[in-house]
Amino acid sequence: MSFLQNNIYYIGAFGLIMIGLLTVLVKHNLIKVIIGLSIMDTGINLFLIAIGYLRNGTAPIFSSPEVESILMVDPVPQALVLTAIVIGVAVLALALSLAIRLYKHFGTLDLHKIKELKW
Amino acid sequence: MIVIVTLVVALMLSAAVSALFFKDLLSAVIASCLVSLFASILFLFLQAPDVAMAEASIGAALITAVFMIALRRTKRYEE
Amino acid sequence: MKSVFSLILLVVLGAGVVFTLSSIPFGSTSSDVGEYYIDSGRADTGATNIVTSVVVGYRAFDTLGEVTVLFVAAIGLGAILAAGRENEEKKKAEWEPASLVLYTGCRFLFPLILLFGAYVFIHGHLTPGGGFQGGAVIASAFLMVYLGCRKKRISRTWARNTESISGLVFVVTGLTGLAVGGHYFLSNFLPEGTLNTLFSAGIIPIIYIAIGLKVGSELTGVIDDLIEESE
Repeated sequence: MSFLQNNIYYIGAFGLIMIGLLTVLVKHNLIKVIIGLSIMDTGINLFLIAIGYLRNGTAPIFSSPEVESILMVDPVPQALVLTAIVIGVAVLALALSLAIRLYKHFGTLDLHKIKELKW
Repeated sequence: MIVIVTLVVALMLSAAVSALFFKDLLSAVIASCLVSLFASILFLFLQAPDVAMAEASIGAALITAVFMIALRRTKRYEE
Repeated sequence: MKSVFSLILLVVLGAGVVFTLSSIPFGSTSSDVGEYYIDSGRADTGATNIVTSVVVGYRAFDTLGEVTVLFVAAIGLGAILAAGRENEEKKKAEWEPASLVLYTGCRFLFPLILLFGAYVFIHGHLTPGGGFQGGAVIASAFLMVYLGCRKKRISRTWARNTESISGLVFVVTGLTGLAVGGHYFLSNFLPEGTLNTLFSAGIIPIIYIAIGLKVGSELTGVIDDLIEESE
């Protein structure tokens, strides 16, 4: 039980990163590869937040004046991840627009077939 | 508490694995949306409400919509 | 063959990760920077949400760079899709109109979701939330209208003007802080007010409102470009 208590978030985060990486490496459909990148993105964000966690801590918000400041989780990873998520969706949309253009040009999303065809 | 967290992590990882194996790309997109939803629950457990809000509104709503629009324009099934 | 190599690579990577993480205990690490922000964030910036005081107070210049990345990605998407569109004839697909229930429900929910998004980014310095989350909520409201009320579209000039003006507000606020308040870009030049009230924290609410409008109009523009492409 204490193994789970210590490692469950790390298991989740690195499980997501591994599954996303496996998707990127094994699959040769372009949309599937982009889905893998998005899963990997979520895993990395989860890992960063888990690093900043303090046991029995509270969220770093002073909602009332008597909140103890000694037991607060680290706000720096949260601030970084917050912007990383928003940038992630913009970059993902850019990648999907490239995929749409490739499909229009080649008529397929298979990366092997795209590599064989000439421009 | 630890039981709930373990359950959520198991559900999240199984959704990610099914996103890897689905041949229907629409189902894979829905599975990756589920991954984002469970991750936002985990962010809430990790005392990060700001990040949980961002992940729930962006990861679960906007990314799924963007993928679905792209699937309309391309092919639905992976061969 | 390729998948075997991938699996071997993953096993090696996983072993490295386990080896590294065994020295980082979960739930006990805390950085000096984070402790400093928690201890003096309220006194320095006047915001009670420390994440907000980091994003828009201490690291506001960084946030300006991130908003620029978002802007460049949105422009790149528009350019890529427009480049493919010009040399093919426009064929107008006739959309099947949505049912009355869906149409009325979307029109009823749209202002409420906009209101919630505005609440989220106006109160970013007091409660969880802020410009990025509020902008995403606003963009999802427009997405709902695009899906439910098929014919309705946002005006492109309106979205572009909102985006430019809010970006300009961000930069002008920073330059005013440089000229009036202190010695660095985006320094606070407004009174900090009392903690836990709406009109507090100096320039943080102004910047977060600008970020919220900018992110909302930008993500709406991305969705608009993609939907127009798929018609």
